[in-house]
Amino acid sequence: MTSDHDETQGVSRRKILECMTWAGTGVLWTIAGGVPRSVGLIGEAGAAEQPSGLTFLQISDSHIGFDKPANPNTIGTLEEAINKIKALPVKPAFVIHTGDITHLSKLSEFDDADRIISQARLDVHYVPGEHDVIDPEQKLYRERYGRGAKGAGWYSFDANGVHFIGLVNVVDLKAGGLGNLGNDQLEWLESDLKGRSASTPIVVFAHIPLWSVYPQWGWGTDDAARALDQLKRFGSVTVLNGHIHQIMQKVEGNVTFHTAMSTAFVQPAPGAQPSPGPMKVADDKLRTLLGVTDVTFKRGQQRLAIVDQPLQG
Amino acid sequence: MTKIARHIRFAAALAVAAFAVAATLPAASARAAETEVKIEVKIDNFAFAPQRIVVQAGTTVTWTNADDAPHTVVSTTKLFKSSALDTADKFSFTFATPGTYEYFCSLHPHMTGTVVVEAAAAGNAAQ
Repeated sequence: MTSDHDETQGVSRRKILECMTWAGTGVLWTIAGGVPRSVGLIGEAGAAEQPSGLTFLQISDSHIGFDKPANPNTIGTLEEAINKIKALPVKPAFVIHTGDITHLSKLSEFDDADRIISQARLDVHYVPGEHDVIDPEQKLYRERYGRGAKGAGWYSFDANGVHFIGLVNVVDLKAGGLGNLGNDQLEWLESDLKGRSASTPIVVFAHIPLWSVYPQWGWGTDDAARALDQLKRFGSVTVLNGHIHQIMQKVEGNVTFHTAMSTAFVQPAPGAQPSPGPMKVADDKLRTLLGVTDVTFKRGQQRLAIVDQPLQG
Repeated sequence: MTKIARHIRFAAALAVAAFAVAATLPAASARAAETEVKIEVKIDNFAFAPQRIVVQAGTTVTWTNADDAPHTVVSTTKLFKSSALDTADKFSFTFATPGTYEYFCSLHPHMTGTVVVEAAAAGNAAQ
């Protein structure tokens, strides 16, 4: 059994490494006609491209409450991320947080996260990670962030002609399975998309990747294909996820998948360690592997730019 | 792997010991001896180790989380459900009835395990 398992891991790991574009420093991607093109590193790109259109920020996996050797100061690194957002030359329209706000769903952890994130003075749209729904009554996340949302906390909103959809794939998980959206949410998604023009740019955000990054570590969502089927007819779909604490990008037809860095700690590349647990990296490397993601739509050009900004470097 | 093998041997040794005691001692002591059987399952590297254990009815199984990530121990039939276990936290459950019990971590559902509970030894069952 063990050897079979290892073989499967090996195959998938190769596949994944082929898909993995890079991890660590900032690269600007532009999407034109569904084909991604790397324009350059953050510094050059920032000089060449003045964002005009909608710009928003993604932060993820702040894990407030985590204090193990992989990063004993998750409050400090979240504060650094927020300071980075405050210092941006173009003020983003809003922030999305793709979950694992806290490490253990404690009231004090939610309070600390709120206190720090609110210093950005921007609207923040959240979806929960599995670490945000482990309080005994599973109510702290819903009470704080889920008011007005459906089910376990899914919702949609519009900004500058772009339709944003926040999905929850971290509750009611099945033994042996991966992330899970469930029938209720998929039905809601269908009705939410009904009647929308195929030219509407769509941004979907959820905690666990909606593509199969590495199922052996649970890095995927069992029924994501049913959601993606509903999105096929749209000309521009961007899927933003967290959970894996590293940058990965994949383009499939009109859909761009992107995962963000964590602000808290690093996790290994698929299969690079025995488990996906928090990974200790050299102190002077940590801040090059933590960070935030800046996303810009340029209206009329059908282009989208995703810039990953490490805390340092 | 060696560690798992050791766990399994340990579990087997305990089961044999319980059986031997039950077979040779008066019924009352046999029951006392059996209810004291305890088995440890370690949660390490996002896996339950040993992943499958075989115990006698009445055995208490204790899971200990050795990871830096929280995990849960949840029966697929909702028979038992731990709270989120942080590093070094423990959860115990006593299996009274023979049967096969599947469980998983509700945060990382690719983590699964099995407890097979066998009927208590003959001397005990006869009471």
